[in-house]
This record gives sequence, structure tokens and C-alpha cells, in this order.
Amino acid sequence: MSEWQKFVSELTQATHEIVRSIAQFLPRLIWTLIIVLIGWVVAYILKSILRSILRLVRFDKLSEHAGAAQLLKKAALPSFSELLSRFVFWVAWIGFILIGVSVLGIVGMQEHVARFFGFLPRLFAALFVFFFGLLASSFFSRAALLAAVNADLPSPRLISSTIRTLIIVFSVSMGFEELGLAEHTVLVAFSIVFGSLMLGLALAFGLGGRDLARRFLERRFVHEKKEEKEDELSPL
Amino acid sequence: MTEGSILTDDFLRELINVGEVDILIGVPTYNHAGTVGQVVQAIRTGLLKYFPRQRSVIINADGGSKDATQELVRAASISDLQHGPSLHALRTLHSISTQYPGGPANGAALHTVLAAAELLRATTCVVISPDSTNIEPEWLESLLRPVSRDGIDLVLPLYRRNKFDGLLVRNLVYPMTRALYCKRVREPYPAEFAFSGRLGGYFLGQEIWSQEVARAGAEIYMTISAIAGNFRLAQSFLGTKTRVDHVPADLVPAMRQTVGVLFWSLEQNFSIWSAHPDSQPIPTIGAEHEVSLDPIRVNRKRLHQMFVHGVAELEPVLESILSAPTLAELQSAASVAEEDFRYSNELWVRTVYEFAASHHKSVISRDHIVQALVPLYRGKTHTFLLENQDASADEVESNVEALCLAFERLKPYLLEKWDGRK
Repeated sequence: MSEWQKFVSELTQATHEIVRSIAQFLPRLIWTLIIVLIGWVVAYILKSILRSILRLVRFDKLSEHAGAAQLLKKAALPSFSELLSRFVFWVAWIGFILIGVSVLGIVGMQEHVARFFGFLPRLFAALFVFFFGLLASSFFSRAALLAAVNADLPSPRLISSTIRTLIIVFSVSMGFEELGLAEHTVLVAFSIVFGSLMLGLALAFGLGGRDLARRFLERRFVHEKKEEKEDELSPL
Repeated sequence: MTEGSILTDDFLRELINVGEVDILIGVPTYNHAGTVGQVVQAIRTGLLKYFPRQRSVIINADGGSKDATQELVRAASISDLQHGPSLHALRTLHSISTQYPGGPANGAALHTVLAAAELLRATTCVVISPDSTNIEPEWLESLLRPVSRDGIDLVLPLYRRNKFDGLLVRNLVYPMTRALYCKRVREPYPAEFAFSGRLGGYFLGQEIWSQEVARAGAEIYMTISAIAGNFRLAQSFLGTKTRVDHVPADLVPAMRQTVGVLFWSLEQNFSIWSAHPDSQPIPTIGAEHEVSLDPIRVNRKRLHQMFVHGVAELEPVLESILSAPTLAELQSAASVAEEDFRYSNELWVRTVYEFAASHHKSVISRDHIVQALVPLYRGKTHTFLLENQDASADEVESNVEALCLAFERLKPYLLEKWDGRK
């Protein structure tokens, strides 16, 4: 066999192999594309259903109460229900894309897909914690503001924003812990923030605000009794 | 809570021993050892004097007193009554004391009284406040007679009060109830009131007794419910209303018990209040209003400071409750000096109606909405005190009437806000 014939034979063999590989790969690619396409349709339907449900239960109002709507507005983002619907769309579609890609039979891909689906519950739990943290922070900070104003306490907004910050920091750290992201860093950061805040308040109130503390305590326990005596109004 | 669970076995046994009665007198108490004896004494004298032939029972519903309140009521028997020679007991007067579960709450006490009244088939019932130390035996006749003789279903009291007493009732609860429910009831949140067995059964059948609203403000709920149910109402003049020294002047619970329940009732009775046009007087026995002019010490400057402080600090909360023009007007009013400050009737009515609409829409927590009204009410109180500083009884009455008319005139404004239209 001449060199030329040998070359042609190898080339033919290689071409056959390529054609066979393509013939083997093409149906899988088509399946992948079909899965991705079906995924898009399913994700879109899911998004539409979720959007309708959230509108029905007035979720945007709830997020407005939670203060989340204001945060989103400041960040020029759409409403919370829209954001959540889009999030579900992308999660569902990415899920389908990964399933489609795994059909291609790429080595190691199955493991990544499994990890992605394993991560989803934690992601939802973190979002849940964060949203209800915002809701709780808004409710309790407003309750503190109203109580402080009605009791005529000094600096009601400071009291209110301190409570809001603490609850948000707490819920964010819980959310990160749920995600498993920088667990120790977040925990340590939270401990430092909380501890330093308490220490700062104690120092400010005990040293810096001795006079304020005295006046406050006097007003609560000495002066108020005098005023109660002076004020004879009865609302009912 | 079912009727069976609120009446304990011992209490049921005592009620069965009493048998059917004509008159039931309910006395809700909680640590009232200092006053309850005097009140029960007056009740017994009133019964002997005006209703000697009727079968009567005094039911003391106690919220778990730590003093001798219950013992004092139980000790009350017909033999130790210091009555005059003309008073003769023709019937045994029973006196029962029971402790209802769940801690002190007027609503739970009233629920106990209603359940007992139904069991004993009482035709006429009256509730007397243990704080009314100046109660006269005649009060019983004034309250019970219209029910037993004239077939009235609910008799509400009228008192002689200081011109600066009961300001929340005068500046909000009375005018708003009158404007919306179209009945001129001067004391929609009564301390004393009488009702027929028929109305008692109707109240008992309402599904509100397990709700917080019934625990806190059952009295105003009963008034509104009687109006909404088309029952016959009347008001009867009793006399001077004494000041209760131990009741805290804390506005927040007072606001919850009255305004919170009134706002809540608007949602339940929308078809009723939205349809009625003008307010109508109800039958009145005795003087319609009497005002005493004794001076009262009030720190008006502090009221103004608390209003200004409240408007400034609560801005983010008020923004979600009030419309932008109303909030701007309030902020502008809060920026003037105390001597020039006036909270006009129109602005006050718009404020209250916008709060009611926001309460209906639940723009924020409903309890927070009620609490946010407290500093604004302080501003209105300041203006009322200033305007009526040297006013005669008639002038005070005419100022209250002007406010009532403003509430009636602006009723369409509430309807507009209620629907969410601008």
C-alpha cells in the first residue's frame, strides 16, 4: 500500500468517525434543544402563574409594608412580585438547561446539575428568611417609633432605626448562614456589630449621656408623677 | 368562646339555684374593693325602692381581683342593708360573684353577664360600673324603667360632666358615630347602660366574643351593633359623672377601645353607614346635656409640644396614612407658635376620615394606625381647650355641635377615600 492510499484510508476512517460521532451527538443535541425549549415554556408558565397568584394575594402591598418596595424603588428595580416571578423563571429555565446539557453526556456535568438542584431549597429558605426579616424589621421599628412618640421619649427615630438595623443585620446573617456563604465571617461580623453596638450604647448612655440619662430617669419616675397630678384630663 | 366555657360549673350551679329573674344587674370588676361595696349598696337600695316586686339578681363578673372585691360582693345580702322604714324586701335579692377566665377585660365580663342573663331569662338587664361611687338609687330607675315600661332595647346614660372631661368622646367618638350611624348618642362608650333581654340575646349571638375587638371595646361595639340592628335606643340623664382617680390617663388604650373599635365597625357595617343621610335624635329622658365649669389643671403647652413632636417624628408613618395635602396642612399647623396654633374642625375631620379609610385599606398594621392618631388628637385637644377656656356651658355645646356638623358635612369625603378614589 502506497503512502497515498494509507493517507486516504486514515482520512476516510477519521471522517467516518467524525460522522459517526456527529450522528451519535446530533439526536442528543436536538434533545437538549427540545428540553431547553420546553424549559422556557414551563418557566414562562410558572412565571405567569406565580405573578397572578402574587397579584391576587396583594404581595406587593405586603412588600410595601415590609419596606422592601422602597428599597427596590431606590435601586431602580421592578416590584417585588415581578422580581420574584423573574427569579422563578430563571431558576426553572436554568434547571431545564442543566438537565438538557446533562443529556449531552459531558463528563462531570451530572454532578453539577445535582448540586444545583440541591442548592435550590437553601436559596429559597434564605430568600424567605430575608423577606420576613424585612417585614419584621419594618413592623417592630414602626411599633417602637409609635410607642416612643406616644410616651414622649427622646429620639424616637434613633430607637426605631436601631431596631430596624438590628433585625435586618440579624436576618441577613441568618440568610447567609442558610446559603452556606462565609458562615463564620458573617457570624463573627454579626457578633462584632451587635456587641459593639451594645457596648457603644452602654458607653454613650453611661458616660457621654450621664445628664441625659439622669434627666430621662427623672422624667420617667419623678417628674411624670408631678405632671400626671397637674394634668387632670380624662379622655373617656 | 362558647357560652358553656365562660360559665364555670360553680357559677352555673349558683345561677340554677337563683332560677328565672326579671332584672339582672351586671357589675364588672377588677380590684375594686375600695368602691364596689358602695356601688352594690346603691344598687340594692335602688332595687328595693323602685323594683321591690321584681325578681332580681346582681352578677359580679370579676377579672381575677387580688383584693377583697369578690368577697365584698358575695357578702352583700338583703339582711344587712341599711334601708329606710319605707323599703321592704318582697323578694330575695341574690348576689353572685364569679371569676371569668383570661384576665381582666370588659368584653369578657360583659360576655359573662350576657350568658347569665340568657340562662336566667332576664327581661331587663343593666350594667353598672364599679367606679361610679356617686351612683344614686335613682340611676337604676332611670336606666331600667324605659326598658321595662316603654319597650326600649338599649338605654344609654347622659351625665353632667366637666366641660374638659371625656374629650376623646366629645371630639371624635360622639361626632363620628353620630355622623356615620345617624343617631345622636352622646355616650356611645357607656360606663352604665340597660338593655332588654331581646337585645342581650342578639349581642350574645354575635360572633365577636373571641376577637380582640370585643375584649377591648365591647361597650361601643354594643351601641353600634344596636343601631345597626335597628333596635330601639334611648338615653337617660343620670347625674354627675365622677372622675376616676385610679384610671390611667394613657391615651393609647383609650384610643384602641373606642376609635379602634369604631374604625373596625365601619367595615362590618358599610352598607348601613354609607346609605344613611342625616343624623336623627333619639328619645331622651331628662336633660340632654349638662356641663359643669369647674376649673381643671391642664398643661396645654405640653399637649402642643407632643403634637409638634408627633407630627415631625411620625412623618414616615403619617405619609402612608394621610393624603399629601392633609399631611402638608398638619405640618404647616405644627410649625406655628403655640399661641397661634389652631387645629380646625375641617382639618381634624379630614384627618380622622383619612385614618378610617387607611384602617379599612390596612395600609399598615391597623393597631399602628390607631396609635398614630394619638399625637394628632393631642393637637385637637389643645385647640378645644383653648377655644373653650372661658366658654359657658352653651358655648361649649355649640362648639361640639359645630364639630358634629363638620363630621356630617364631610361624610362624602370618607366615602370617596373609602373607595380609594381621589
